[in-house]
Amino acid sequence: MAGDSKPLVSDTTARNSRTLLRVVILCFIAAAAIASRLFSVIRFESIIHEFDPWFNFRATKYLVANGFYKFWDWFDDRTWHPLGRVTGGTLYPGLMVTSGVIYHVLKALAVPIDIRNICVLLAPAFSGLTAFAAYLLTNEMTTSPSAGLLAAAFMGIAPGYISRSVAGSYDNEAIAIFLLVFTFYLWIKALKLGSMLWGALCALFYGYMVASWGGYAFITCILPLHALVLICMGRYSNRLYVSYTTWYALGTLASMQIPFVGFLPVKTSEHMPALGIFGFVQLIGFIQYVRSALSGKQLQTFLVTILVATFGLGLAGLVGLTSLGYIAPWSGRFYSLWDTGYAKIHIPIIASVSEHQPTAWPAFFFDLNILVWLFPVGVYLLFQELKDEHVFVIVYALFGSYFAGVMVRLMLTLTPIVCVAAAIAASQLLDNFLTRKPAGAEAVSSDKKSSKGGLRSTQSPKFGVYSLLSKIIVVGSVTVYLLMFVSHCTWVTSNAYSSPSVVLASRMPDGSQHIIDDYREAYQWLRQNTKEDAKIMAWWDYGYQIGGMADRPTLVDNNTWNNTHIATVGKAMASSEEVSYPIMRQHEVDYVLVVFGGLLGYSGDDINKFLWMVRIAEGIWPDEVKERDFFTPRGEYRVDEGATDTMKNSLMYKMSYYNYHSLFPPGQATDRVRGVRLPDKGPVLNTLEEAYTSENWIIRIYKVKDLDNVGRDHAAAAAFDRGQKKKAIKKKGARTLRVD
Amino acid sequence: MAPRKNAREAAASAAASTVPAAAAPVAAPTQTKPKPTAGAATWDKVLQNIYAYYMAETPQRTKLLDVFLAFLAVVGALQFVYCVLAGNYPFNAFLSGFCGTVGQFVLTISLRIQTTTANKSEFPKVSPERAFADYIVCSLILHFFCVNFIN
Repeated sequence: MAGDSKPLVSDTTARNSRTLLRVVILCFIAAAAIASRLFSVIRFESIIHEFDPWFNFRATKYLVANGFYKFWDWFDDRTWHPLGRVTGGTLYPGLMVTSGVIYHVLKALAVPIDIRNICVLLAPAFSGLTAFAAYLLTNEMTTSPSAGLLAAAFMGIAPGYISRSVAGSYDNEAIAIFLLVFTFYLWIKALKLGSMLWGALCALFYGYMVASWGGYAFITCILPLHALVLICMGRYSNRLYVSYTTWYALGTLASMQIPFVGFLPVKTSEHMPALGIFGFVQLIGFIQYVRSALSGKQLQTFLVTILVATFGLGLAGLVGLTSLGYIAPWSGRFYSLWDTGYAKIHIPIIASVSEHQPTAWPAFFFDLNILVWLFPVGVYLLFQELKDEHVFVIVYALFGSYFAGVMVRLMLTLTPIVCVAAAIAASQLLDNFLTRKPAGAEAVSSDKKSSKGGLRSTQSPKFGVYSLLSKIIVVGSVTVYLLMFVSHCTWVTSNAYSSPSVVLASRMPDGSQHIIDDYREAYQWLRQNTKEDAKIMAWWDYGYQIGGMADRPTLVDNNTWNNTHIATVGKAMASSEEVSYPIMRQHEVDYVLVVFGGLLGYSGDDINKFLWMVRIAEGIWPDEVKERDFFTPRGEYRVDEGATDTMKNSLMYKMSYYNYHSLFPPGQATDRVRGVRLPDKGPVLNTLEEAYTSENWIIRIYKVKDLDNVGRDHAAAAAFDRGQKKKAIKKKGARTLRVD
Repeated sequence: MAPRKNAREAAASAAASTVPAAAAPVAAPTQTKPKPTAGAATWDKVLQNIYAYYMAETPQRTKLLDVFLAFLAVVGALQFVYCVLAGNYPFNAFLSGFCGTVGQFVLTISLRIQTTTANKSEFPKVSPERAFADYIVCSLILHFFCVNFIN
């Protein structure tokens, strides 16, 4: 890259201009990283996107309004209605505190910015820092001057990372990836220098990472693994001892300061590798010392025996403690990474999240484009000159790719290492083909004069690449690939990852954009037309949004900490009115909200999620809710004429299709998601009344009726209102609905 | 590296557990050490040699560090024993005390490693003064966390 500038200008000038270039390039990369994340803000507006960020946003608003100490002990009585949530102890506060600090700093600098804009733009800002961290990390790996810059450029625009960090996705990952890469950089630095200070910095940033994202377990497992691999390769050194133990001692204490983590680092299996390697490193350090005191081959073999025996004893102790229950086994989410069939069978709520599915090949190419095939080359090149830090990349690459293969969302943790390895491969290529003189040129020319005789071809053997044509071809094709990468990234970001799920965009026939804004319409209705403490029952996906946008208490939300409570909601949705009305009364539900996409063809609606509700409810009440009852005898899941009685009587079905047929001429009612024609007579709701339906029927809100004044059950009262004869009801037999 | 006291304990306990298996291969090796000794090699001999080596090779300042290490080991062991005997009810208090000793122990060993002249080649960028400054900074961080965690 800059190897040929020496003869032209003096050395210091060259170095200065190189530094200047570097700074300018990094600034441009940061600018590109930020700019490519702003599609959604420019196209739509500056709002928070998905489901989870709405809670983070709400918590941040609470923090900014009430101060840090109140935020730390925040008991939120507006979620999980009868239970409430100890929010201060059940969240990772790093994200909120970061944006709170930014807010206050900007305010102190007399730049008052709305907290919403800070939350929206936090992820793009941190993506610039991530690119810089990738630059630092890569520069630790290789001496090539271009690798770091290439890695920064890759990291800045790789769609695998953009997918979780566009403007408006105010999620934990927004800052966590920066912290991940930066912690790894500090670890490599500490390991290379063997310095306590760098180890302590690594521990501090690890603590910050723990405060920000549950994915910190990845660091806790990768660093000891790296240490173990180094030990097994016979590369134990005092530098490893110093950096690892400093990191572990300080990092563990730092991680325990977070209330949500608490005692987990000493009590759960995820953290045991780090503890085990900590003990193991002590032992090895001691043995190294003894080895310097006593020499002798036999002694060494004996010490190896001690080592193996202690390691085995430690392992056995760990297994024993785990089986005795002192150490908690793997948590379900973590365990399902190893036993990939586990979640589907035992914890449907984990399997029900679409991000927890295995990754398909096209997703790798879609998210990483050329990086995906430069990645193995980079890892191979690192094997060529295997230094301590290269082992780290190899270990990380191996585990990162495994996890990314098991779960779609873990593509995010793979992306940094892919960028680093791919940058090393690409820079190697460029370094070889972009220099004016090949590397061995001087040596060859000096040899030429000294040796005479023999064939001329043996006198001056040609090393390296001399032909300008081949250089141009190779460099040109690499450039073309890099440009294609840029255009691919931009295209993917623009088309796939920049749509706020709150606002649905569609195109009119003339190409103009049509915005479907039913979500906010309905939430705004709730906010303005219901009592301040009206409880809303909806499926857990919408819990955070209701809390954030409608500002009403909900029964369940996206923080799925209480499976039984979710199953209760699932049971209420999946049962007939006679069963679900008492449940709703018991939980003081005022409104029920369902999402229905049948009119618009919006596929992510509640009827499509309905089977998960049934499954989750069936896990708790297998006698009362049965998945089998929702299928026809031929095993089909139908909503039209042929739907089963259980399906037709379920609250979800009734709420979704209530009055729907009245939109169409007789016999023409169709559901555009399921693509079926619906029966002419719609379902009858006795215990609920329709309170609000949004413009495109996406959100339907129902009010739970009060008990009947004269003490009749709701079916009878509704039938009376419809003018049906009382006798007909009596024949059906007495159904008691009275609940007090 | 490790303190003398600890070293002995660890070696002794390890020996106790593995002697049956490893007694045979040990018989020869213990003769090959700095001090020539004759005849039956026992564990006493090994320990004696380590002790002699330690006394001969360790500078005074490092010995001072080792005393501190031994003190930390004793404090940690006492805390642990008390925890076993009296229960771990304020678990955070036990953890911060114990982690404090362990962390300080480890940091002191790191300082010991970095100030030992034999390890000079491994740490080209760390002078003893720099090591000591690092040690202070790390200890301050450690103490901050411990005090914060003990409530």
